[in-house]
Amino acid sequence: MNLSELLNQGVTALSAALGSREVSAVEIATAYLDRIEQAQPELNAFITVDREHTLRDATLADSMRAASPGQSLAGIPIAQKDVFCAKGWRTTAGSHMLENFIAPYDSAVVQQLNKQGFVTLGRANMDEFAMGSSNENSYFGPVKNPWDLSRVPGGSSGGSAAAVAAGLAPAATGTDTGGSIRQPAAWCGISGIKPTYGRVSRFGMIAYASSLDQAGIFARSAQDLAILMDVISGHDPRDATSVDRKDAPCAKELDKDIRGLRVGIPKQWFGEGLSAGVKIVVESAIQELVMMGCECVEIDLPMSEQAIPAYYVIAPAEASSNLSRFDGVRFGHRAAQYKDLAELYERSRGEGFGPEVKRRILMGSYVLSHGYYDAYYLQAQRVRRLIANDFERAFMLCDVIAGPVAPTTAFPLGSFGADPVQMYLADLYTIPVNLAGLPALSIPAGFDAGMPVGLQLIGPWWQEARLLQTAHAFQIATDWHTKRPALYSGLKP
Amino acid sequence: MRFTEEDVRRVARLSRLALEPKEIEGFQQDLSQILDLAQKLQAIDTTNVEPLAHPGSSSVFLRADLVTETDQREAFQAVAPEVDRGLYLVPRVVE
Repeated sequence: MNLSELLNQGVTALSAALGSREVSAVEIATAYLDRIEQAQPELNAFITVDREHTLRDATLADSMRAASPGQSLAGIPIAQKDVFCAKGWRTTAGSHMLENFIAPYDSAVVQQLNKQGFVTLGRANMDEFAMGSSNENSYFGPVKNPWDLSRVPGGSSGGSAAAVAAGLAPAATGTDTGGSIRQPAAWCGISGIKPTYGRVSRFGMIAYASSLDQAGIFARSAQDLAILMDVISGHDPRDATSVDRKDAPCAKELDKDIRGLRVGIPKQWFGEGLSAGVKIVVESAIQELVMMGCECVEIDLPMSEQAIPAYYVIAPAEASSNLSRFDGVRFGHRAAQYKDLAELYERSRGEGFGPEVKRRILMGSYVLSHGYYDAYYLQAQRVRRLIANDFERAFMLCDVIAGPVAPTTAFPLGSFGADPVQMYLADLYTIPVNLAGLPALSIPAGFDAGMPVGLQLIGPWWQEARLLQTAHAFQIATDWHTKRPALYSGLKP
Repeated sequence: MRFTEEDVRRVARLSRLALEPKEIEGFQQDLSQILDLAQKLQAIDTTNVEPLAHPGSSSVFLRADLVTETDQREAFQAVAPEVDRGLYLVPRVVE
């Protein structure tokens, strides 16, 4: 296999090539960095690239391998969403507020990856503080979709998804609060997983809405997702919501037979609102699962239409509290002019935050303020319970749920410029999953007018292994996940 | 409900956010729209439904109350806008 083919293959192939000493970590990192340099002016998938830092990591990975050949993942490159603190790396969260913030410590996810010898290729672009569905809210400019540069890659982890789709990285980290891994994975034609809430430590991950945020992975296949899930999962006492469990590694269970698996089809998710083109693709993917021996059952998620209203109360409320830490005193942007402490806070925040972040902070302060707390915030939390109960009932009838990720394919840049709230409504199939805290993934399922469409698979709490088995079996039976955007098939090497 | 200019100013004050006059009108419209969205929740009967604060409610983990971190004041203050002899500097608050 030549280097160019190898770079397009993914984690499993790279690990084998590194193991057989066919290629070194430094050679692989150099080649990806060259690709990033070629694609960056067009795609803007990265906020920060630091060649020397990356090559230092790669050299270290090569010596790790030489010292202990059992380190099967040392030297695999990865793009890090710019929301995970990484010591010595500028960590901006896509915000002017943190434009000059060099993280003084590693987040848990970065720590786990570093321990295995993963090499950070750069810091992936994202919507500011992970708020957005199109990556147009980044202070560092929008990311373009590698399948069509006039379209968005999805968000908020748009840079991570675009980088993997364009072949600039074999894998990337992401975070998913309302769909921010699954939707860009779907729109960029790659695989992405959002684990069960509590499976991956949130320590050092810049918080947006803490009861919903969960770290996950983008890669070229379910197999690669499984390998990376096993690296980043696990209990961490530094995150009080991290759960101590001893689940079997996902990668070991990957080849389990899925015949007889009961696939739940939410009857509410295929009606009005779902575009005809996406519907056809998702329905034929489900048909494929049936041909593979799965059994379809209709399920009822009557409360799922309440997910968007509940989310836009809960998430802004938590954001307004989380983002109060940005005060211009301890880190982040400080205004140049102020006459007293109140003005220092107000101006630093007014200048440091972009419009979407301000919108959500304002909304959050409103729903938490005196006289509105019960009517909005508590009511939203009660509805959240009902949404979770729907899923609990559904999983008595089925083993996984299958459906669309988003109602359409990636939309053109600037589509919602004048009407930001309209964009919220497109997250109707992803948000219920975050509210319930369930694991879910998106895998490539086909195309609608040349743009990729994802199939969403949702599992019961802690059943990532079952989701990945299903996705892996689907990827053995189909080749949608191997399709690459023509625009980026000519990258050198 | 329609957000008035004064409503936006009030939540901006609560949020410690300085807004430009030209931003306020846009936020009036956006926040009114988000609130319309949130109003839909009022129609749901949630009698006797316990609020769900986060999905792992049943299993919150508390660690032992022990000192595990070492002093890293210099590293943490290296990213601060203004420090002097280990202290964060802010405008005078007590006359």
